[in-house]
Amino acid sequence: MNKYEPVIGLEVHVELNTKSKMFCRCSADYFGKEPNTHTCSVCLGLPGALPYINEQAIDDCIKIGLALNCEISKKSLFERKNYFYPDLPKGYQISQYRWPLCINGELTLDNGQVIRINRAHQEEDTGKLTHKDGITLVDFNRSGVPLVEIVTEPDFNNVEQIRDYAKKLQQLFRYLGVSNADMERGDMRLEANISVKREGESGLPNYRVELKNINSFRFMVAAVEFEIKRQIAAIEKEEKLSQETRGWDEEQKSTYLQRSKEEAHDYRYFPEPDLPQLTIDNGQLTILKSQIPELPWEKSKRFEEELGIRKADAQILSVDKKLAEFFESVLEPGVSAQDVANYIINKKPDINSVLPTQIIKEIKGKKVGVIDSEEELRALAKQAIEENKKSAEDYKAGKEAALQVLIGGVMRLSKGKADARLALEILKKLL
Amino acid sequence: MRLTKDQVKHVAKLANLPLSDKEEELYSEQLSKILEYVDQLNSVDTKDVEPTFNVSGQENVMRKDETESSLPQEEVLQNASKKERGFFVTKGVFDNG
Amino acid sequence: MADLTSLTLTQTIKALEKKEFSELELNKAYLERIKSINPKLNAYLETLESKKGIPTAIKDVISTRGIKTTAASKVLENYIPSYNATVINRLLENGISIIGKTNHDEFAMGGSGENSAFGPTKNPWDLTKVPGGSSAGSAAAIAADLCTFSLGSDTGGSIRQPASLCGVVGLKTSYGRVSRYGLIAMASSLDSIGPVTKSVEDAVLVLEWISGSDGYDSNCKSKKFTMQPPRLQAGIKGLKVGVPKEYFGEGLDPKVKKIVQVAIKKLESLGAQIVEVSLPHSEYALAAYYIIVPSEVSSNMARFDGIRYGKGRENIGAEVKRRIMLGTYALSAGYWDDYYAKAAKVRTLVKGDFEKAFEKVDVIVGPVSPTTAWNLGEKIDDPLTMYLQDIYTISANLAGIPGLSVPCGFSDGLPVGLQILGKHFDEETILKVGYAYEQATNWKKEKPKI
Repeated sequence: MNKYEPVIGLEVHVELNTKSKMFCRCSADYFGKEPNTHTCSVCLGLPGALPYINEQAIDDCIKIGLALNCEISKKSLFERKNYFYPDLPKGYQISQYRWPLCINGELTLDNGQVIRINRAHQEEDTGKLTHKDGITLVDFNRSGVPLVEIVTEPDFNNVEQIRDYAKKLQQLFRYLGVSNADMERGDMRLEANISVKREGESGLPNYRVELKNINSFRFMVAAVEFEIKRQIAAIEKEEKLSQETRGWDEEQKSTYLQRSKEEAHDYRYFPEPDLPQLTIDNGQLTILKSQIPELPWEKSKRFEEELGIRKADAQILSVDKKLAEFFESVLEPGVSAQDVANYIINKKPDINSVLPTQIIKEIKGKKVGVIDSEEELRALAKQAIEENKKSAEDYKAGKEAALQVLIGGVMRLSKGKADARLALEILKKLL
Repeated sequence: MRLTKDQVKHVAKLANLPLSDKEEELYSEQLSKILEYVDQLNSVDTKDVEPTFNVSGQENVMRKDETESSLPQEEVLQNASKKERGFFVTKGVFDNG
Repeated sequence: MADLTSLTLTQTIKALEKKEFSELELNKAYLERIKSINPKLNAYLETLESKKGIPTAIKDVISTRGIKTTAASKVLENYIPSYNATVINRLLENGISIIGKTNHDEFAMGGSGENSAFGPTKNPWDLTKVPGGSSAGSAAAIAADLCTFSLGSDTGGSIRQPASLCGVVGLKTSYGRVSRYGLIAMASSLDSIGPVTKSVEDAVLVLEWISGSDGYDSNCKSKKFTMQPPRLQAGIKGLKVGVPKEYFGEGLDPKVKKIVQVAIKKLESLGAQIVEVSLPHSEYALAAYYIIVPSEVSSNMARFDGIRYGKGRENIGAEVKRRIMLGTYALSAGYWDDYYAKAAKVRTLVKGDFEKAFEKVDVIVGPVSPTTAWNLGEKIDDPLTMYLQDIYTISANLAGIPGLSVPCGFSDGLPVGLQILGKHFDEETILKVGYAYEQATNWKKEKPKI
């Protein structure tokens, strides 16, 4: 396996949370609504209907591009992507091709690796199909909802990187407030392009397998892992690998062929004649730049470097912008930031009702009474394990009840001052 | 520029147009003639000429993110040949296009 | 009350104001006339029992809420739109009522009026001849006094050419002057909606009603067009009128050429200065047109899949199928640079020709059609021959500029039209020229004997 290197690129589609759709004034809040109740002449593709760009969607797309360090194109055009499918009412999707809004960006993963972003562009969503008994039911409520498509270069080599990337993008969309990026609801969708090359080989393989229509992150990960194995096996058997589109069969736990290169779509892109071009000027960019908040990874870094809290905790606290803001509002000189972090992470206070002063009081109070610092509890836990070796073995062998003995030990050693919940977690980690 | 019957078949498939054998024959001939005529574009020097895709003279035409009421479901479905419980109905298709 | 139907729109409005007759009587008169004459012409696909308002006929490619809109195709034989085109709403707001939908070449593709799925329209001046296309029914209806005015669409001459062949006034508006929202799209970057009328001042009035942005057509951001009578009647002394040498060469019927030249002399006698100009890329304009249009057509026609409305694609007519095929081919993989992009560059050159010419002149005049109306069935077998008929009109659509066709004579009893082209958004000047010419001649007094 070490002889081969997976070469993976990702395409993410994120549904924006604008009030109205991309090219019409229908409400974009379609989820769970009665079929075909959020449609109009435009998103239904009635004869004579015309698109009209939603300004908010363009702003959102540009902000995503800016946050990903992209270059924003001075001139951008929408184009028609032509193909036939029942969920595509006009027989073409208004998308972007030769003149995308954002290009040449990058995102740095936790491991320091830089993923190059090829482009981030704007397009519209399709309707929804439901298959049953040999017929297909079509609902156009989702048709026309704004999407931003983000495409990376094939810079990924393994599934962990993909996980990190997807997580970061999701955080980003939530921070920018442009989407809820909920994979279950379909606000964020992932597609992967996979090929495999021999380690050390330069250039890219001459084929690519697209993994599409995989509706959960878990399945996507499984599919990627399966594909890597499948392709390596094929190379070893000297079988030729060709350009394909594959889906994931959860029952068979394997990928399967959906479309081969010969059947690949010829989208016949050409500039959308119904929409005049977009010319982005620096003034507009400056305004949009100023609307971008401190990004989650920037915040996490700052917490770590300037406030001196642990990296893992900094990351947890910066996942949600509201939580991060609450955390910072609690901070007070004289109180350790790490203590505040511990409190918030472990006690999970309701940030909408609990006052920062209350938390500070408790922390200060606890300092006098309760032991909840990790170093102290760790020491106590280790001691308790030493003194109760048999219970420790019993717990490791599967006897859950044995843990109670150890907890009791910790409480005794600390004269009842230990924070029981934290101690429990620390014990579990040590065992 | 002679269009073969196979090329015509391929284009018809892309265009989702059902063509009879006779039509394939006819179009192969007619389209070839027309394409021959338009080939004269090759003799025009367009070096350094920017393409014109739009003659409205407009740019950045956008609207505020505001909603208007959608069409009522019955009107949406009123011209459909097949419908069921608020959905449009078409013959079965299988995973994506 | 047969006289009612011979009045122009402007005359009709004045008469109604003076209460010379009621709107009910007006509509009744037109309906009776339609009943007796339409079977000979097949100008109307559908008539409505209009009882009030000023009756207009709408080309059946424009969406009318609750009223069948077929695009003259079997595909939309039973299609009833759930919304009005913007132009329809504007007309209704101005007291206009729809008395019927007119016949035309299927999906507005054609130049003779013979490509309708519901039978050809006949030329009121000679029932064995074509009325021109694609707005065949609109032009025939006006020529035969079957309504006060009509709306048509023009993508490559589809208002001007039938107007010319039927001896009526037709205005191709500037691209972006009138909202296309509701117009069943043919070639989106060239389509325009415009009036077909009995007189030039009628065209001014209709343009005032239908023009201006609406928040639905992104390419239409213009202000409403207005032109007070004094400006229309200002005359053309000192105006520079360009005559392109490329429009008077081979292919132009010598009799038509003579008539148009006489008309141009008339303009000179009215005080205009005639200047020879050149539009050097004219010979390539048709080739560019027949790449760009079918390409956009192939995409615009993709929505007709029979799921949400209409019948299956096997119901699409031959000419439409042909253009879809041509366009699909031109856009297909590997051909972008050779065809669409190349044609788009030639389009820039054609547009540039006009811009250069308009530095020297105010309007450009010439023939609308190389011939007068030809026999039904004569040109139908060879599409290329048909396409060559568009040679004088398509450039205006490529450039987006306005063009007016006004009657300027007869050749062997068949009407000839004079084309007047202007700068983008300068409908005012071409209407002024058309009006001056019309008032100095008597062509509109002639009516076909049906």
